[in-house]
Order: sequence, then structure tokens, then C-alpha cells
Amino acid sequence: MNIDGVNTGIVLDHIKAGKSMAIYEYLGLDKLSSCVAIIQNVKSGKYGKKDIIKIDEIIDLDLDVLGYFDSNITVNYIKDGKLVEKKHVELPEKLVDVIKCKNPRCITSTEQEIPHVFELVDKSKKMYRCIYCDAQVKLK
Amino acid sequence: MQGNKIRNLISITDLSVDEINGLIEVANDIEKNPVKYQDLCAHKQLATLFFEPSTRTRLSFESAMLSLGGQVLGFSSANSSSAAKGESVSDTVRTVGNYADIIAMRHPKEGAPVIAAQKTVVPIINAGDGGHFHPTQTLTDLLTISRKKGRLSNMTIGLCGDLKFGRTVHSLIEATLRYENIKYVLISPDELKLPEYMTDMIKAAGADYEEIANLEEAMPKLDILYMTRVQKERFFNEEDYVRLKDTYILTPEKLVNAKTDLTIMHPLPRVNEISVQVDEDDRACYFYQTLCGKHIRMALILFLLGIKAE
Repeated sequence: MNIDGVNTGIVLDHIKAGKSMAIYEYLGLDKLSSCVAIIQNVKSGKYGKKDIIKIDEIIDLDLDVLGYFDSNITVNYIKDGKLVEKKHVELPEKLVDVIKCKNPRCITSTEQEIPHVFELVDKSKKMYRCIYCDAQVKLK
Repeated sequence: MQGNKIRNLISITDLSVDEINGLIEVANDIEKNPVKYQDLCAHKQLATLFFEPSTRTRLSFESAMLSLGGQVLGFSSANSSSAAKGESVSDTVRTVGNYADIIAMRHPKEGAPVIAAQKTVVPIINAGDGGHFHPTQTLTDLLTISRKKGRLSNMTIGLCGDLKFGRTVHSLIEATLRYENIKYVLISPDELKLPEYMTDMIKAAGADYEEIANLEEAMPKLDILYMTRVQKERFFNEEDYVRLKDTYILTPEKLVNAKTDLTIMHPLPRVNEISVQVDEDDRACYFYQTLCGKHIRMALILFLLGIKAE
């Protein structure tokens, strides 16, 4: 299968196999007019299988969201066919409106239009805490 | 006060140990010299927004403000406010912030005061948010312990009853963890054990704790026994509440092996978890706690409004 290389754009590499569609949707890539390729189940020496997303345009990406989805993702910025920058994403310190608090006693369950905010409390356990009610969520 | 920054009290950890010790000092001075404080809040208004019923907390806030020469306004249940029409916490607080100099708020939802503090420029005091925090009860408890024991360190505190939803328990642990050599004995049925994030907090602070189900077994070790009510309003089903509500009832017989200088505390209201026969025991301090609650709230209002006695 051939997918053209990106001349100027972004390549999201080392996405955990099967997560690319969720990332595509969350980043709103379906709203772009430029070409976007999702490649699933690519052979990877490091991970066995991985997904890749190629975007034929340089756009502002929410690296925090990428870090939340998968902290192994690498973001490659390509200009004129050359790799000009490579970024490794990390678990974000704060997640705003990415996950919802599931505690039925939390104020977010009734108060309208307030952001759901979680702060990282334990990086090694991927544990976040709701800033309102302190409910903890462990990322899978 | 630090500069002109508005201070709120959402969680007990919003106050440093030095600030808490300062509040205790002022509260003790208020007890000795009430006249010195009686006009310090003249022309200031406290709003008490109680979306959930309360006797002690609301009345002690109001009594505290009145004893400082200030005035009070507010509501005592969600039904008597526009919350009954569906008004949000944000809108209520933005409105009341235009009427009052300081707000004490109780709400059944956890984290409601965090939202409130984001929406107004007057100080917000969390007077209880669901099963989460109740910092002014904690200040009350710390003042009581300090007055009864003469210290806030080096003691074993037994916490008994509903440790899962008991916000007073959570706040008291968070506060006392900052003092030296506190050991916790957590006495509860399995279903009402302390939440994991709280036991994690105890571990992270390097403090000792043990979890046991039997009150009599714990009794001889304790310097403080903090009883709590199993709260009906925190249960989603009646069956669970009925099954657990009578798990621990403190009677004179259960105190036989207790220390002679034990301090028995309870945030009140009690239902039946402490027999009225215990009220006559010199070690019972739960009604004394209510007086401490007024003094420490007076000290807190002054602190948050940046008012000092001459």
C-alpha cells in the first residue's frame, strides 16, 4: 500500500494501534480541507503495530490532548520534504474538557457550561484528579 | 491577608499552619475579651447561602457575624432561593457578591465553592460541600483539641462511623496531617471506609494509620475519639442506610477501657450514635465544640476581611 510522503505538514507517529480514529476525531481533523491520511496497523519494531496520521498542512495541534491519548506519540513537522522539528508529547499537567467527571455528587454534574478540569497527581500511575470534587481517574 | 488578594476558604489547606495557629490565638482572645471585638465588623454584611439544611453551621456563622457587630442576610434552603427555579451556583454567587462583603456557602454538590470563588470577588467560605470538605468544622475541631489538650501534635485520633462520606473526617485528617506525630485509627464498616485518595494522602505524609471495625478494640489507644453520624442524605438507596446506621453506638459501657483524659468529639447533629448517657461524662466535648465553632468563625471572618483588633 502506498501513501504519498508529506511535503509540508505534520506526521503523528507511534500512535498505539487502533487509537488513530479517536485522535482524528478529537483533533477535529475531519474539518480540514487539506489531505489527511490515517494509516492503521503499520509494522513497528518497537511496538509490534502502530498507527500513523499524516496531515498535509501545518496546523496548531493540542499536544496536551495527544499526550492524554498516548504519551508515546511523536509529532514530526515537515517543511519542503525535510523534518524540521520532532516533538515528544507528555501526559499533560491539566486536562480541560477532555474527560468528564463521573462522580454524580460533583458540581459538574449539575452546573451548566463549566469546564471539566482534571490535574495530574501521579505521572507514573497516570492518575488525574477533578479540581472540583477530587475524584480520581486513572487513564488506561 | 497577603496584599489585596482575596482569600477564600475552600479546603482547610488553603490556610497555612501559621495562619491556623493565628486564628486559634484570636479565637482564644475573643473568648477572654469579647467586648474588644464587638464592633469590628460594623457595616459589613455576611451572606449565608445554604442550599442544604443546617442548624449549627449557619447559626454559628450568623451568631459570629452579629457578635462582631456585622449584619447577616441569606437563605437556609435551596427551596427558598432561585436555585429552586434552576438558577446555577455561578449566577447566584455573582448576584450575592454584589450585596455582601463575605459569603459562607453550603451546597450538596462537591466542588460548588470552587465555582463560587471563580465567580465573585468577595471571600467565599466553604460551609460544607456534599461529602467533600467542611473546613470551618475542622477549624472548630482544631480549636477544641487545642483548648482541651493544650497541643495539636503527638496524639492518636480515632475516627469512627461514616469515613467514606464524612466530610468533617476528611478535612480533619487533612489538617492534622500537618502536625507532628499524629496517628489515626479508622473505625468503620467496610462499606464506609475512608476513600483511597485520603489514605493515599496519609501515606504520602508519612503518618501511621490502622483500619479496624471494632470500636471497643480501638478505645484504649485513643486520645481523641471523633464520632460521626451515618448520613442518610449521602445514600442513594434507603436499604444501605438502614443496614449501616446503627453500626456504632457509643455508650458508657464502651468507654470502660478508654483513657481518663480522652476527648470525645462529634460534629453534630447526632442521631443515636452517642447515647445521651455519655453527655454527663466529663470527657464528652461535643457541645463545647459548638461554642468553639462560634469563636473560630469570628476569627475567620476577621481574617478573611483583613480586619485586626487594635
